[in-house]
Amino acid sequence: MPDIGPPPASLYAAHRKVYPRAVQGRVRRAKWAVLGILLGLYYLVPWLRWDREPGVPDQAVLVDMQHARLFFFWIELWPQEVYFLTGLLILGAIGLFAATSLFGRVWCGFACPQTVWTDLFLWVERRIEGDRNARMKRDAGPPSRDRSLRRLAKHGVWLGIAAVTGGAWVMYFQDAPTLVRDPLGASMETWFFFALFTATTYVLAGFAREQVCTYMCPWPRFQGAMLDQDSLVVTYRDWRGEPRGKPRDAGSGDCVDCSACVQVCPTGVDIREGQQLGCIGCGLCIDACDDVMRKLHRLEGLIGFETLANLAASTAAAAELVPGPARQAAGMAARRPLRLLRPRVVMYAGVLSAVVTVMLGALLLRETLSLTVLPERAPPFVRLSDGGIRNAYLLKLADKSREGGRYTLVLEEAPSLRLLVQDVATDAAGRPLLPVQGDGVASFRALVTAPQATERQPIRFRLLDAVGRPVAAAEGVFLGPQP
Amino acid sequence: MAKQTESNAATGVATTGHEWDGIRELDNPMPSWWLYTFYATIAFALVWVVFYPALPFVRGLLGNTARGDLAAVMTTEQAKAAPMLARLRDATPEAISAEPELRTFALAGGRIAFANSCAGCHGAGGQGASGGFPSLADDDWIHGGSLEDIRTTIRHGVRNGEAAEARGTSMPAFLQAGLTMPQIGDLAEHVLSLSGAGPINAAGAALFADNCAACHGERGEGNRQVGAPRLNDRIWLYGGDKASVMRSIAYSRAGVMPAWEGRLDAATINMLTVYVHALGGGER
Repeated sequence: MPDIGPPPASLYAAHRKVYPRAVQGRVRRAKWAVLGILLGLYYLVPWLRWDREPGVPDQAVLVDMQHARLFFFWIELWPQEVYFLTGLLILGAIGLFAATSLFGRVWCGFACPQTVWTDLFLWVERRIEGDRNARMKRDAGPPSRDRSLRRLAKHGVWLGIAAVTGGAWVMYFQDAPTLVRDPLGASMETWFFFALFTATTYVLAGFAREQVCTYMCPWPRFQGAMLDQDSLVVTYRDWRGEPRGKPRDAGSGDCVDCSACVQVCPTGVDIREGQQLGCIGCGLCIDACDDVMRKLHRLEGLIGFETLANLAASTAAAAELVPGPARQAAGMAARRPLRLLRPRVVMYAGVLSAVVTVMLGALLLRETLSLTVLPERAPPFVRLSDGGIRNAYLLKLADKSREGGRYTLVLEEAPSLRLLVQDVATDAAGRPLLPVQGDGVASFRALVTAPQATERQPIRFRLLDAVGRPVAAAEGVFLGPQP
Repeated sequence: MAKQTESNAATGVATTGHEWDGIRELDNPMPSWWLYTFYATIAFALVWVVFYPALPFVRGLLGNTARGDLAAVMTTEQAKAAPMLARLRDATPEAISAEPELRTFALAGGRIAFANSCAGCHGAGGQGASGGFPSLADDDWIHGGSLEDIRTTIRHGVRNGEAAEARGTSMPAFLQAGLTMPQIGDLAEHVLSLSGAGPINAAGAALFADNCAACHGERGEGNRQVGAPRLNDRIWLYGGDKASVMRSIAYSRAGVMPAWEGRLDAATINMLTVYVHALGGGER
């Protein structure tokens, strides 16, 4: 029989559950701080009040779907100004690019909601079921009353956190105190989104965890494009750690192969294998390794936030040396200070400031009064008995402020055209006065008449305020018979 | 094509025996989630058939029909509109026009009613159509452009032979009434000259005074009482060239419009009146 070789390997990898061990240290403290700030903001911002006029919601941050308004402290946006939201998203994306090229996966490791809520859920899990070893043992052991009770408690707390998370989400779209006082009065949509975000929080932070980062999230797959040799990434200094060995072995490097870095990793990767997709850059392995190094009275920083350029320089400097303090010193001495001003960073900063400038400009120059002209096209023009030509237009006057007012409408630089607006008063000079309520849109029908047949010509409507200052303008076209 | 069943060496799964360019189809079972979803849809369909109209001539337990839904919606909407419609029925067009709330309602309702009943002849925006369908958006009114005049025209129509109060009298066909073609040509030139669109024609002027001035006025200013259009303006219902005017004189023209009273209710006629008046040509 010829040798046909082994059967092809399966492309399917069964999920191995990750049991991250608790860890203390500087990075862990930083992560707790970020978690506290971000979750605090998320849960509490809907409760901030902002005094507006009576009849207007007093919630500082509110996406009011029912009345189609977005409230953000002193800013109030209409649906047609959704480009501010687009700009904010663009800003976020470029900010993410810039932060990544400087400091690596800080977003993934510290600020991403998946990381933050998973961290919180892991903390709950540890308080109830114990740390890594206890959990692994209990999971592998026989079913018991104790295990069932602990699991019940854990899932109960998880669901509680998830419900608060889903509840906070809908509060960005509804008045928070009203919702809490009368939850049964909430609409079906509110309940749906509450249930949706409760379920996603529970499933993603409780069960999916690192699989979201490694399988679902597109961001790790293309962020390599933002990283370069000078970006800070979580790195194992292999030039110092290798060859691994027991603490007392002569000729071995600093890594004692204790696997502390693997045990604390929330995604279950081994950082010593180098840069990899599974590493979210949270730096918990740094804390774990530093702890071990301190106990062994060795220099901290076997794993650290390091640039690949420095890693290569250290490797080159330490290549010929035997393991020991001399190799350590030589390797560390070869490092260069962090290069923050790189073309890539400058470029991202430039684009970032350009977008900020444009958005800020748009926000500051935002007009609260807008005039829209819709020509009537059936008929395009009307022939009058004296031979004149008349066009009709639908004018829409939107006042995004809360004041409202009355504005004079004039036709610019068209002395031969006569302007009449149906159903409105006129001023002393016979010019139409258009009233509009604050936070509203008013429609008017305007008739523009030319004394005799004229050709197509552009016209410009202009709105003047009480003292005659122009406040808004809109272009239109006056149509006539073809000559 | 179809061969006997064999199993795949790598997986041990039987193949269906189908082969395409050396690729054979494994006979794996359906994924269970897919099967259960499929069974669930069957169960759902059975429930649906029992409760909803799914078979011909069978109502379903809930007795629900799309037609019934529509009727229910229409009943509630009509009940909502009823008080406003009652006010529109009882008010005069002047009163409706003067009150903003009624006017807004009337303009919206009038727009719909106009599209339903009037746009076929008068155009979607009241622009009229060639061949005798007058524009309602201009400032020329054959039978009067005040709210009351417009309402009378809508109610009784024009020369329709069905309503006694219908607008308009008939113009004689002057070729039959004794005028010759050259006379009609002179007359047409005079008619055109009234609005400055043709040369002075003395013979035509004399004929006009004899035959036309009684209805159309000495200077062609028209007479709304009898529905005789103005001839001294720039608007021509049947064309403003000499041939068209001659044709009008020789064979006469008599546009008709149905009487809408009886076809539309009083509230709708009032709404239409206000809407047509607001198209652009309304007179005080």
